[in-house]
Amino acid sequence: MPTITEKIICTTCPKGCTLEVTHDGKTVISILNGCKRGHEYAKQELTDPRRMVATTVRIRGAVHPLMPVFTSAPFPKPRIPELLKLLRRVELNAPVASNQPILENVLGTGIDIHASREMKKI
Amino acid sequence: MTHKEKYDVVVIGSGPGGLAAAISARKNGAEAVLIIDRDIEPGGILLQCIHNGFGMETFKQDLTGPAYAQRFIDEAMQVGVEFLLDTMVLEITRDHRIYATSKEHGFVEIQAKAVILAMGCRERTRAQVRLPGTRPAGVYTAGTAQRWVNVEGFMPGKRFVILGSGDIGMIMARRLTFEGAKVERVLEVMPFLSGLTRNYVQCLMDFDIGLQLKHTVKNIIGKNRVEAIEACAVDDKWQPIPGTEEIIPCDTLLLSVGLIPENELSRQAGVIIDPITAGPRVDDGFQTNIPGVYSAGNVVHVYDLVDWVTEAGLIAGKSATRLVRLGAAADGLSIPVKAADNVRYVVPQTLHPVHLEENEIRLQMRVTRPIEKPVWVEVRSGDKLITRRGEPYARPGEMVTIELKPAQVEEVKAASELSVAVVER
Repeated sequence: MPTITEKIICTTCPKGCTLEVTHDGKTVISILNGCKRGHEYAKQELTDPRRMVATTVRIRGAVHPLMPVFTSAPFPKPRIPELLKLLRRVELNAPVASNQPILENVLGTGIDIHASREMKKI
Repeated sequence: MTHKEKYDVVVIGSGPGGLAAAISARKNGAEAVLIIDRDIEPGGILLQCIHNGFGMETFKQDLTGPAYAQRFIDEAMQVGVEFLLDTMVLEITRDHRIYATSKEHGFVEIQAKAVILAMGCRERTRAQVRLPGTRPAGVYTAGTAQRWVNVEGFMPGKRFVILGSGDIGMIMARRLTFEGAKVERVLEVMPFLSGLTRNYVQCLMDFDIGLQLKHTVKNIIGKNRVEAIEACAVDDKWQPIPGTEEIIPCDTLLLSVGLIPENELSRQAGVIIDPITAGPRVDDGFQTNIPGVYSAGNVVHVYDLVDWVTEAGLIAGKSATRLVRLGAAADGLSIPVKAADNVRYVVPQTLHPVHLEENEIRLQMRVTRPIEKPVWVEVRSGDKLITRRGEPYARPGEMVTIELKPAQVEEVKAASELSVAVVER
């Protein structure tokens, strides 16, 4: 396979370094710029892109009608719409503790969904 | 929720700046510390920023906004910070008297030994960017939409155009897409992105949402509700280029066109406001021109990262407590810090060289124009270079910092003023 050099902007931290990644479609040959974490990001991005997902689910009996939630680890990018569809059907009852698990091993990914904050029962 | 009549330190605002300031005041020995906030719960705008990306500097962890706030809310409770919520501060006086009103307590008067202003910032509105066209429903600031979508559970529209490439606008583009809306486009009048590059990647590129630089809204179309916007390209003087007009059908226009520190209370108290930052002029301990009145966070200047807001709060809380303990700040000589080549502003605007004996002093600045090559960030006294630091590039959207170190104390003491520049290497 021919080698390709492309620019990938690293989103690991707010610096947003532009990495120059040379690869053959499957294997990374070299990476210019960025730090160690950035190089891991570039490899991951080429083979299995993932993103942290933060959204809301319904909650009853709390100060607000929505509870913010997040994935415990970056989630496979192509399956995000599927995850959002699933979370739209979730409804919690207050109280919920901060970081409390809401769903475990969601869609068989090994990734959990956690509450972003505490919401007391009112 | 009861409160006393007298406090050592009163903090106005319970966002990240206020929480950090109050925690720091308690930890540094202030006895009675109170936070007043107009919302019904502490946390400020972080509570509606449900996305991740917070806390990489402070905790080396990728947290959501509410999770970041929760840590400081919990800590504030633990260290004995008191809260007076659902309470609107009406006036602060030069001698640290605070007048407020609340549903529960009615008219409230509190005397503080030191006050820390941590009111944060507000979004620029349609009126402030003078958008032409009719005045239908469907034109909102990105932060208002964020509050509705993330906290209150309302979708403000189905088909969006976003004006401005600020972080909140780009983050809302992703959020609205998650919730099933169509984001047609993001328009940015400047020739460069105004938010962080990572948000361009993970909020726009990931969802194929187009970004048009050097474009703006020429007209808003619609009678009762937004029906479309007319976009156009602009020249270097932000003037519409004839012939480039395009009608984009949509039902909602979101504005992410900048944030302005919220300083009505500060002005009323006689705090001197820097015309460029729109926040109080501060020294290296975040004290304003009024002794015993401090300010921290986005009320001083608008940061890109909450971690820096927290840090500012910690410094302000510590300085305020020192003043409370000593009765007066023994700060000695003060020298001005000036923005020089390619620096739009520097915070703090003055510093006390004597403080360098104890700790580093961090200078924070924004550049005027982008330099996409290696740069030097330089601090000089006249022609004499005091310190410099390299950066791979400098962009107006990303704050630049440099530290003065205890080793430089003698040179800084000898200076009549310092100037800061960001120049090509």
